[in-house]
Amino acid sequence: MTTIPIAGHRAGLRSEVGRFVRFLLQELKPKGKILTPFNVVTGIIVAVAAVLLAIRFTRGLGAITNLSQDYPWGLWIGFDVITGVAFAGGAYVITFMVYILGMEKYHPIVRVTVLNGFLAYVFYAGALLLDLGKPWNVINPVIGNSFGVSSVLFLVAWHFMLYMMAELVEFSPAVAEWLGWRRVRKVLMGMTLGAVIFGITLSTLHQSGLGALYLMARDKVHPLWYSEFIPILFLVSSVFAGLSMVIFEGSITHRVFRHRVGPVLKASHDSIQLGLARICAGAMFVYLVLQLLVFVHGQRWEHLGTGWGAWYLLELVGFVAIPAFMFTESHRSGSVRLLRYAAVLTLVGIVLNRLNISVIGFKWYAAVRYVPSWQEIWVTLAVISAEIWVFRWVVNRMPVLDFALGHGTRSEPEHDSVRSVA
Amino acid sequence: MNRRDLLKTLGVASGAALVSRPAAGQHAAPYAGDTVGVLVDTTKCMGCRMCEVACAQANGLPEPETDVDLSTLRSTSPTQWSVVNRMETERGPVNVKRQCMHCLQPACASACLTNAMHRTGEGAVIWRESKCMGCRFCMVSCPFDVPKFEYDSANPKIQKCVMCWERLEEGKQPACVENCPFGCLEFGRRSELLDIARARIYAEPDKYVHHIYGEHEAGGTAFLYLSSDPFEQLGFRTDIGTTAYPVYTKEFLYAVPLVLTLVPPFLLAVSKARRGDAEEPEEGGGES
Repeated sequence: MTTIPIAGHRAGLRSEVGRFVRFLLQELKPKGKILTPFNVVTGIIVAVAAVLLAIRFTRGLGAITNLSQDYPWGLWIGFDVITGVAFAGGAYVITFMVYILGMEKYHPIVRVTVLNGFLAYVFYAGALLLDLGKPWNVINPVIGNSFGVSSVLFLVAWHFMLYMMAELVEFSPAVAEWLGWRRVRKVLMGMTLGAVIFGITLSTLHQSGLGALYLMARDKVHPLWYSEFIPILFLVSSVFAGLSMVIFEGSITHRVFRHRVGPVLKASHDSIQLGLARICAGAMFVYLVLQLLVFVHGQRWEHLGTGWGAWYLLELVGFVAIPAFMFTESHRSGSVRLLRYAAVLTLVGIVLNRLNISVIGFKWYAAVRYVPSWQEIWVTLAVISAEIWVFRWVVNRMPVLDFALGHGTRSEPEHDSVRSVA
Repeated sequence: MNRRDLLKTLGVASGAALVSRPAAGQHAAPYAGDTVGVLVDTTKCMGCRMCEVACAQANGLPEPETDVDLSTLRSTSPTQWSVVNRMETERGPVNVKRQCMHCLQPACASACLTNAMHRTGEGAVIWRESKCMGCRFCMVSCPFDVPKFEYDSANPKIQKCVMCWERLEEGKQPACVENCPFGCLEFGRRSELLDIARARIYAEPDKYVHHIYGEHEAGGTAFLYLSSDPFEQLGFRTDIGTTAYPVYTKEFLYAVPLVLTLVPPFLLAVSKARRGDAEEPEEGGGES
């Protein structure tokens, strides 16, 4: 870090500000080659998506989406928002484990998980704006002229907003370290536990709240997926959805940003993943028992013989029960490779579950079914690409992965020399 | 009667007390504070579609197409809030006018996070453009699939029958009712319409199905239907149940303040208890 002010240094404020601005400009520049295959592909995706969105905002949602009067919510809500937020659940679970339960072993992945969670919310909330008919009115439920307090969506919207702030506070010490603001860092550090507690509370409510959105669509969601327990199922599944995402993303990050990974995380990465696998397995067995209770309680036998029944069993057996056993087995045998496969299967299962409720099994009786247009898929890919860009930018600059627990040895300048990739 | 209903009743009662003062203007809405509705007697409908035309004219919508085969099922649309369909039943064709049912406790209004969907004192469920953000949660929630969205507009509206609420305020009837030449539609206080409907069933028990659709469906609706054939043959959903839709999310919403107030102290307690007396370092060991 170049801008750490030396105590007692009498340099004028102006030169200090000048140095700060130069530092920011320096940091804004790409750190590596620009024309990498990844950059070219994602660049094209984002550029084309910008054109698609220009069409969408001038000619209406119907111009690029397959949404209809029967299917008001499609891929952008069902995948980007509802599935994306479940995937972002890792942040509240990991902060709970580390700050509340004191499982210090997982401390080295807190920052990267919170960063991922924060960016996921920012970009998926962004995707929500793309889907709104009148996005300029998005401020209405916030500024108080129209509080729809009886609406589950009101709750979810507020919680999205507040949770983003909580996660920003949780992550802010890393920003302060990057800028070399030691005193600010200390203040922000003091806010961490409060933000964590607030964040966990908000998460339990809006993870389940996303499920509660479908409580009034009871006649529209296929009976194998509808139940009054959707909120609880969403909450429990967000635990292993989030942790599987932590495993998946961690496995990739660990390889791609190898030069940024600090010694503590380097040493404990495999052991952390094995621990997460066990917790995932536990949450998945709880979820399976809940699903079984709901199945019996909802008297769903009659639906099992149908094609929907097979699809339902595929989701629960193929993408919950089997990966749960794989997680258990990986923990027993210590196979990190196995648990990574399990994490991928679990993530697929979450995508299936959320889409089965919001898109695939929604109006399952309709004559004309909704299938997303290529433009909807394209824009979704662009949202993911843009998120990865920002993630990469932050990880390459701030002490996210090289955070050494309990020591002041973070962010030593020698790390900067080996930056590449971005 | 729960607390909310009680409050509502009190509010309505005090409102009515104010309105009933002689000072109230001559043109005050005659039904203010009372739930109004429309009784649709499908046995009387000839399928002339005068209601469709009147609806379009009263609400500034494009003139409905004239050359329409009534037996091809149409649904309401962003440009047509009211449609008449000819349904084939066991006893032959029956014409059925469809539009927003105007629930007594509307799912759309409780779904709306900006109060854009709003039930007026008289019972018309209306949409207010300045509040709406276009999230379409009302469409997801409505058990009758009534709200329609303008997918081809950059500044889209939600379109649905609003029971001509502005006409009601002027003391007039909804346009469709006023222009129905066969007396198939009747406007009035909902309680009185129910009496009329029952009286018709009693008077001609063989003619009518002994059910008033909308009396209890989804907690009751302002539009009430009489029919000579089972309602499912007329294209109505009969699996909707009698519970008002907002009730389905009530339990979840009741849990919110509990979670918000109880979980944080619990988490704080756990974290404190875990740390005990041992002075463990804060996140990252604090300042080095």
